[in-house]
Amino acid sequence: MKDNNSRENSNVMKNVFSRIRESNVFLALIGLLLISLSLSIMSPHFMTVSNILNVLRQISTIAVVSIGMTYVIITGGIDLSVGSVLALSAVVSAYLMTHGTNMYIAIIIGMIIGLLCGFLNGIFIATRINMPPFIVTLAMMGIARGFSLVITDGKPIYGLPKQFGYIAGGYVFGIPIPVIIIILLYIIGYVHLSFTRTGVYYYAVGGNQEATRVAGVDIRRVKLNAYAISGLTASIGGIILSSRLVSVEPLSGTGYELDALAAAVIGGASLSGGEGSLIGTLIGAIVMGVLRNGLNLLNVSAYWQQVAVGVVILVVVLTKSLRKK
Amino acid sequence: MDNGYIFRLEGISKSFGGVKALQNINLEIKPNEVLAIVGDNGAGKSTLVKIISGAIIPDKGKIYFKEKEVLINNPREAALLGIQICYQDLALVDCLDVATNIFLGREICRRIFGLADFLLLKRMREESIKHLKSLGVEIQNVKEKVKNLSGGQRQVIAISRAVYWGTKLVILDEPTAALGVRESKKVNELIKSLKQNNISVIIISHNLQHVFYVADRVIVLRHGEKVGERKIRETDGDEIVKMITGSEFNGQELAY
Repeated sequence: MKDNNSRENSNVMKNVFSRIRESNVFLALIGLLLISLSLSIMSPHFMTVSNILNVLRQISTIAVVSIGMTYVIITGGIDLSVGSVLALSAVVSAYLMTHGTNMYIAIIIGMIIGLLCGFLNGIFIATRINMPPFIVTLAMMGIARGFSLVITDGKPIYGLPKQFGYIAGGYVFGIPIPVIIIILLYIIGYVHLSFTRTGVYYYAVGGNQEATRVAGVDIRRVKLNAYAISGLTASIGGIILSSRLVSVEPLSGTGYELDALAAAVIGGASLSGGEGSLIGTLIGAIVMGVLRNGLNLLNVSAYWQQVAVGVVILVVVLTKSLRKK
Repeated sequence: MDNGYIFRLEGISKSFGGVKALQNINLEIKPNEVLAIVGDNGAGKSTLVKIISGAIIPDKGKIYFKEKEVLINNPREAALLGIQICYQDLALVDCLDVATNIFLGREICRRIFGLADFLLLKRMREESIKHLKSLGVEIQNVKEKVKNLSGGQRQVIAISRAVYWGTKLVILDEPTAALGVRESKKVNELIKSLKQNNISVIIISHNLQHVFYVADRVIVLRHGEKVGERKIRETDGDEIVKMITGSEFNGQELAY
């Protein structure tokens, strides 16, 4: 009896341990520590509070965009339109601001634009029309980008209110506001995904759509919400980005969909759905930020940085699939 | 309700285009009874199951539940009546743990701040353990993800999930099809124990050995028609095989 008990105990311990080891977040964390460690050895400027805050500020846009992307990927979808939606909502709110609209109202309208774009994606993907996410969001990518070029006539918008720049440039208790925004949004998203009824449904839909439907879950609403959230976080990313630059370019956010995807995948998300976590995605975004920042400090050219990020993605996914065997 | 049936089909017919999938099927099941439906491929078993579960609406015929005529328009309505179906592969979400699977679609939650329904994870885990134990199922860890379990364990959990809370009738579609001998035995034991939990079972199976082990009664379908109905005690594998194939073959050759 006693023997049995202790065996059970050790089983539980083994279980907990293997769960930690198996978790993909753990893998991303190890990667982050390794990269940070080697960079701090190579450059004395890396491991300083101001540089770390700098990295966090740099990744704030991508990190926010990646939240929605993670939701979508967990449901088994993909959102290629986030970069363009980011630009469109930034362009619209900047246009309104420079044409006499109250700054806060302009920001809210920008966010509504993002939400609407995501909602439209969701309508085509999740309802009975049932189109593949890749195609729908590819179309939205073109449409949103096109509109932002039309509105600005292809030119950047300058002269945003000084106050607006405070969003990305300001500090609260010595912490940059974008960093506070990331932390807040990630906490909300994490709690939502891990501890609420609707959160579990995103994983369920990604894991086995039919079983989830049979269980009586409205899977169309779950998917619709995922794309709407993605549009919303893209627009928040747009506001942070334009605030940082105190101007908006119609071509801003180009390629962000792939960065957001990379952040989610490095953080353990699987494109086949059902897997992924916001903690992982945040670590993924930080990994990419740290890598770029460190290579900058080491005077490595931007061209080689792209190679490095690509290699990191490969290594992470490779480790993941090797471990599954 | 003594003479009563918990569930009854009367004159059910269904055609797909020109193909008559089911013709004038009558079927009834008593409380705490295990009814097997057997038949060759294309005999109409799946169509029948889909009609009972509300996935397909019949062209003709009536459905009675507890002696009251009912319309079952979709699986949700079936579930509300207390009819659950456990499909071969669609039943579980691999990436979620055992407890979450058992409670999928009916989570125990508490609304906080009027904003979101927070899961009471601990309570759901305790309830899952209690529920599984009541069915005689031993699962070491309900926090384990379903994808890490064996085929038999998964099937047992899928069935336990289907019979959770208020289920009066559960339909099992080929519950032992993909399982080994030992695992099949566990699943069959579970099916038998459902009877003690006041649940009627309709089981679709190709495996006559299993049918004879778990069922009380068997119905044979051929080309969309009911060609026979026997109490298990009053028949043997030979006779059933003859009914399935239409006596063209010697039962002995096909039975195993």
